Amino acid sequence: MARVASLQNIRMTPTAQSARLWEQLRTYLGRGSGAYAFFGLYAAICTWQLFTNPRTSLRTDIFFVLFLLLVFMVYRSATPLWFRGGLTAVLLVVVMPIFGTLNPFYIDVATQAGIFVALALGLNVVVGFAGLLDLGYVAFFAVGAYLWAILSTPQITQINPAWSPVPPIMFYPFVVLGLVIGAVFGILLGLPVLRLRGDYLAIVTLGFGEVIRVLANNLDRPINITNGSQGIREIERPPLILTNFIRETLGWNLSDSQLYQQFFYFVVLLIVIFTVVVVSRLKNSRIGRAWEAIREDETAAVAQGIPRVRMKLMAFAVGASFAGAMGVVFASKQLFINPPTFDLLRSINILAMVILGGMGSIPGSILGAVIVTLLDLQILPRMATVLRDAQRAGVPIPAAFDPTQYQRLLFGILLVLMMIFRPQGILPDERRSEELHAGDEPPSEEEAPPAARAAAESS
Amino acid sequence: MAAEAKVTTSPQTGQRSLAEVLRTVFGPVGQMLLFVVGSAIALSLVVTLLALVQIGARPDLLVRTWTILPQVIIDGLVRGFLFATIALGYTMVYGVLEFINFAHGEIFMVGGVVGAAVALALAAAGFLAAVPGLLFVLLIIVLGMLVSGTLAVTVERVAYRPLRGAPRLVPLISAIGVSLVLQDVTRLIMTSTPLGFNARFNTPDFGSPIRLFEMNLGDRPVPVIISPKALIFVSAAVVMLVVLNYLVNATRLGKAIRATAQDRATASLMGINVNQIISLTFLIGGALGGAAGALFGMYVGTVNPYMGFIPGLKAFTAAVLGGIGNITGAMVGGIVLGFLEAFVASYLSLFTGGAFSGAAYADIAAFSILILILIFRPSGLLGEATTQKV
Repeated sequence: MARVASLQNIRMTPTAQSARLWEQLRTYLGRGSGAYAFFGLYAAICTWQLFTNPRTSLRTDIFFVLFLLLVFMVYRSATPLWFRGGLTAVLLVVVMPIFGTLNPFYIDVATQAGIFVALALGLNVVVGFAGLLDLGYVAFFAVGAYLWAILSTPQITQINPAWSPVPPIMFYPFVVLGLVIGAVFGILLGLPVLRLRGDYLAIVTLGFGEVIRVLANNLDRPINITNGSQGIREIERPPLILTNFIRETLGWNLSDSQLYQQFFYFVVLLIVIFTVVVVSRLKNSRIGRAWEAIREDETAAVAQGIPRVRMKLMAFAVGASFAGAMGVVFASKQLFINPPTFDLLRSINILAMVILGGMGSIPGSILGAVIVTLLDLQILPRMATVLRDAQRAGVPIPAAFDPTQYQRLLFGILLVLMMIFRPQGILPDERRSEELHAGDEPPSEEEAPPAARAAAESS
Repeated sequence: MAAEAKVTTSPQTGQRSLAEVLRTVFGPVGQMLLFVVGSAIALSLVVTLLALVQIGARPDLLVRTWTILPQVIIDGLVRGFLFATIALGYTMVYGVLEFINFAHGEIFMVGGVVGAAVALALAAAGFLAAVPGLLFVLLIIVLGMLVSGTLAVTVERVAYRPLRGAPRLVPLISAIGVSLVLQDVTRLIMTSTPLGFNARFNTPDFGSPIRLFEMNLGDRPVPVIISPKALIFVSAAVVMLVVLNYLVNATRLGKAIRATAQDRATASLMGINVNQIISLTFLIGGALGGAAGALFGMYVGTVNPYMGFIPGLKAFTAAVLGGIGNITGAMVGGIVLGFLEAFVASYLSLFTGGAFSGAAYADIAAFSILILILIFRPSGLLGEATTQKV
């Protein structure tokens, strides 16, 4: 123990002082009784604030962000599984839905964030794990969305008058079907681009994404399949479940639209959990390691006997399948889709999530997706209101400047800055950072946190 | 750049004869013209054949096909030279850095916006109608080149140079970011100035369309006309391509660029300032793109901040089609792609009885060509077969 301490002293430089303090703070609050107290208190304050002040305002925005941060910190903390799982479950399954009944805006933001978490995790498989830059990822999302939109609405009678829309209850099998169709399209895209190196691949996938969008935009003639640029409206939602239980047994008088919000929140939550589990299992499996080997050095990986074709196709298929399934949910939730919903900016958006969080890192992708969605839906509109107020007060800001309309600018700057200053992302993948700092050995699990162990023993 | 290298490696030092210079300069341009004529004839034959196949069902099809044919060829020429001039920017940067400058389409767009801004400023001062047409064209070309070239060099300094030596995907993602930033900054500038989002590109009067000749088809003569703007676009593009070929194939500077493209490390050992050459490559490519943007904006009549994206993508396709890194290839690829697209755009709806709109599916055609090329001949039309290229 003393040797470790002295080693740490040697390594310590004056500039690392604040980093050390931060490290200690993290150790105290991340483990043991300190963590229980900290997270318990934090959760209580957040919940109390959200419940007593649910109106949409800057204040609620801040507490909502703090709330999401809390969920993430608990998920990442070193507390025992029962505490982590229990608190996360309480926050996401109890607090969030109840808050959602008080203010429908925030649960919608949470649902959207969930949708993009799943998409970012899917893209992370392709870009982060296998190192294949896919700029047309939203195409798979579009395929899933159009699948449900066409087959669940009278749009299908446009193709053949004898066919009729599928009943809304078929939503559940269609989520699974979306998964399969997404995978099929992933393989379809993957086959021609197998031999391409990174940058060519990027352009071809971008072209593929555009092709899907142009097809969606133009396949209203000669046979009206997608209804062209008008999009498809009144997409079916699955029948509500547990309505009587909630309204009569629990006595909560919620309207149908509120119930649908809750319903989609839970559907998305379930899919996100499923995605996280699948992706983390894959990452540490033989397949995940094969992907990483291909990413690091394709030639060496093939020489080691890794089936390159199968592995690359699998990466495309797995990544695309989540997008396909989420597409079905998205179409059903939004009730309306049209081709511009699935433009290149959406693909770049998802890519920005993955890059911001850290390519190859699962918590990173989750964090990136939440941050970007919040930026998109909450922070930019809030900035717009603030700017408008400032304009009225006489601050010289161009009248045409509306931050919500300048997402490209924001994401563009974000991408460039991330690439220059922190290409590994906010929460880099551990294996990648180990590769980056191969020289200094990381402190091992038993020796590193003496403070935390002491804290754990005293509790 | 192997094709050029072969021609010029023989003279070690000193002067080359005029004939040799002319050959290195006009050789690639001649090759391009060959492809212009070749693809025009080949595609005309294809559509004639398609018309003959269907003629049983629709007797007037052949006449209708031939009626629009000259216009389609002119359209193909314009598109072809557009793609060729943009593709050069991609291919030169790729040759030197092995990196796809994703923001190049936006450099092109900025050239168009600059041209529109110049026209607007002239109109506001009341000069626009008084300026001679040729002077106006020169003005927008020079200003477009200046702004776009400077912008391209700046972008390289800010967003690409710090990333040199990083994994391949890193500068590419940065370039995507730059592309988005340029789009929105231009939009911000345009919407907060009198230009507006969709800026009209006013020009002095270039006179009425030029009547080339008349065709006698069926009962009435069909005039073949070319608009003066199209003529200006094509001739300016030809001049620029000749100058570029001179610059790259017959000057010391060009030799330095080609040396840097061949082997950066060795070039720097030979006393070439590689960083300067890379900046210069961006400057030349950006200037070409900017001039193309200004000319194209003038030809189309409006510019907007997003107009560079799709042409950029297609120009990249053209560069790949010709063999990326190969300057002659980029020109040839641009021409072939331009003609293909013009023919698909004009004839698809004619041959399918209006079921498919050609304009929309022309984009799909371009991307399908990209995918097919990458699968079957990744080195492109003029590239040499190497396994490392793709």
